[in-house]
Amino acid sequence: MRRLLDSPRARTTEELLKITKIALAATALALTSWTAHAADISGAGATFPYPIYAKWADAYKKETGIGLNYQSIGSGGGIKQIKAKTVTFGASDAPLSGKDLEAAGLAQFPMVMGAIVPVVNLDGIKPGELTLDGPTIARIFLTEIKRWDDPAIAKLNPNTKLPSQAIAVVHRSDGSGTTYNFAYYLADVSPDWKSKVGVATAVQWPGGIGAKGNEGVANNVAQTRGAIGYVEYAYAKQNKLTYTKMINKAGKTVAPTSESFQAAAANADWNSKPGYGVILANQPGDMSWPMTAATWILIHKKPQDPAVAAEALKFFAWSYAKGDKMAQELDYVPMPDKVVGDIEKMWSAEIKDASGKPLYTMTH
Amino acid sequence: MSEVTLNNAELRTGETPSRAALLRRMRTSDALFHGLTRAAAIAVLLLLSGVIASLVIGSAPAFRAFGFSFFTTESWNPVTEKFGALAPIYGTLVTSFIAMAIAVPIGLMIAFFLTELCPGWLRRPIGIAIELLAGIPSIIYGIWGLFVFAPFLQRYVQPFLIDAFGNIPVLSTVFEGPPYGIGMLTAGLILAIMVLPFITSISRDVFDAVPPVLKEAAYGVGCTTWEVFRNIILPYTRVGVIGGFMLGLGRALGETMAVTFVIGNAHKISASILAPGTTISASIANEFTEAVGDIYTSSLIALGLILFLITFVVLAAARYMLMRLQRRIG
Repeated sequence: MRRLLDSPRARTTEELLKITKIALAATALALTSWTAHAADISGAGATFPYPIYAKWADAYKKETGIGLNYQSIGSGGGIKQIKAKTVTFGASDAPLSGKDLEAAGLAQFPMVMGAIVPVVNLDGIKPGELTLDGPTIARIFLTEIKRWDDPAIAKLNPNTKLPSQAIAVVHRSDGSGTTYNFAYYLADVSPDWKSKVGVATAVQWPGGIGAKGNEGVANNVAQTRGAIGYVEYAYAKQNKLTYTKMINKAGKTVAPTSESFQAAAANADWNSKPGYGVILANQPGDMSWPMTAATWILIHKKPQDPAVAAEALKFFAWSYAKGDKMAQELDYVPMPDKVVGDIEKMWSAEIKDASGKPLYTMTH
Repeated sequence: MSEVTLNNAELRTGETPSRAALLRRMRTSDALFHGLTRAAAIAVLLLLSGVIASLVIGSAPAFRAFGFSFFTTESWNPVTEKFGALAPIYGTLVTSFIAMAIAVPIGLMIAFFLTELCPGWLRRPIGIAIELLAGIPSIIYGIWGLFVFAPFLQRYVQPFLIDAFGNIPVLSTVFEGPPYGIGMLTAGLILAIMVLPFITSISRDVFDAVPPVLKEAAYGVGCTTWEVFRNIILPYTRVGVIGGFMLGLGRALGETMAVTFVIGNAHKISASILAPGTTISASIANEFTEAVGDIYTSSLIALGLILFLITFVVLAAARYMLMRLQRRIG
């Protein structure tokens, strides 16, 4: 008997038993933690606001104990998931039209804003030294302007020595809200862009190389001499890329700063579109940065699980109220307070449980 | 173990009723085992037909909208919802071709060196290195390709290629600038590195299986090393070697992440292999998350179906080739 127990085979069986026990315990643990998390808010969608949503969620959890699980799977995915009701809220960089919102029974509101900046890689040119305007960028991305010393660019930069170098266009290869907002702006300022390329989260690019994600574009621009691309401001700043100044709708030259982004947001007429679906491209105002962009939250007006939806609204209200500083630290632009007031009014009027009771009550 | 001993003891006692019961029990357990294994095998078929069915159903709207022109159109325009698969198909085939053209000869050479010529102390390190190469996740290849390999190509290799072939009629178009660093050639080179371990380790294993007596006889009658390789080892191992090629080709055709990083992702067919292009799997990976609208999604699924078909045709062709080879040899 002893010998049997000591034989390698018996030992393996014992070990197996032990492993099974550990595995069972782990499964049980996983199950309990899963049930504990079941009440958490879940969201899915746009990648652009992911860093700030994650930061807010982290701070919110510390304060309230309620967690938020946000999967940054892309705006298209977020829209699909919220329509399929697999998440509490969806997030999208491109707003849904009033008709789409109506059909899906969704409420839509902007959560935070960001800005898109052109970035270039030119020898001897530092951040902010080059100035471009919308029509010129459109012609560059249409591959009509092929060299950096083209008269159109030279005219905007009389005091800068432009290299005689081919322009390498870098664009997003994945569908993205950044592309949507960028293309929207170009279509707004260039009839050619509107008719030849158009506006969508992915377009048929007339030329250049495609890179995946903001980080992909940033890296490709940083590596390729003579390159131009477009990225979220945070990526340009963090990667120390050469961003350009822009000439805005008022004809003024503006630099990408938190002030110029906020100016664009303040000048926008948020109530002009259903679901606050205003694209902030090319807004009026002397100070306005022309490529500012909001990102939206989508939530069912009659949610399947009203308790969790109510928690989600509480989280959003908390983020509007206490998240401004965190947003600015990450180079996002917080929503103006006036707009936030309107949005919260909309919540208490439109988002209800099955019995018609509002899920959100205004606290201020 | 102990149960088997017990059963044998029971069998030896020869008591009829218990023996019959035992046989019955063994028959049931046999039937059970038979059923289980068959179910597992059938599950594979079900899974495969499930995948095919969902691809076909998912791609139906795209094929209904574009018909056969889906295969012959280069345009890929999400704004107007006009989609054609020609550019990704072209990119998939060209990058895989470049990869195989490089990886097959090098892989065979490594395998031959390892089995025949390598000193014993070097064999293990090289063998382990090859296996480690196979274990590197594809995303790592992608990142390395983008940050290290592409800039290197852009600075040193591509300008050289553009200059060297600049005056030769056809090749000047194939190697036409500007040197972006990333593009079809870069993707092909990365794929070559990725499929190399498959081809090498399978070839090495089958080369090892060649009976020494054959090789010794060949050397004995005065064959050179090359002659032994060409006339003894390759013919003897061709089935296994071709199997290795196919495994490598399968990976090259379907590889996604590494390619997405370095191919440039342009839905365009360019004569130059330095130009950016795209492959089927890279297009799907890039665009699926943000594909809005039925036709867009469906077109991407149709791309998946086409990749499935290409892989299937490649495998079928390999089988057919092997069959003919075997028949010819007898």
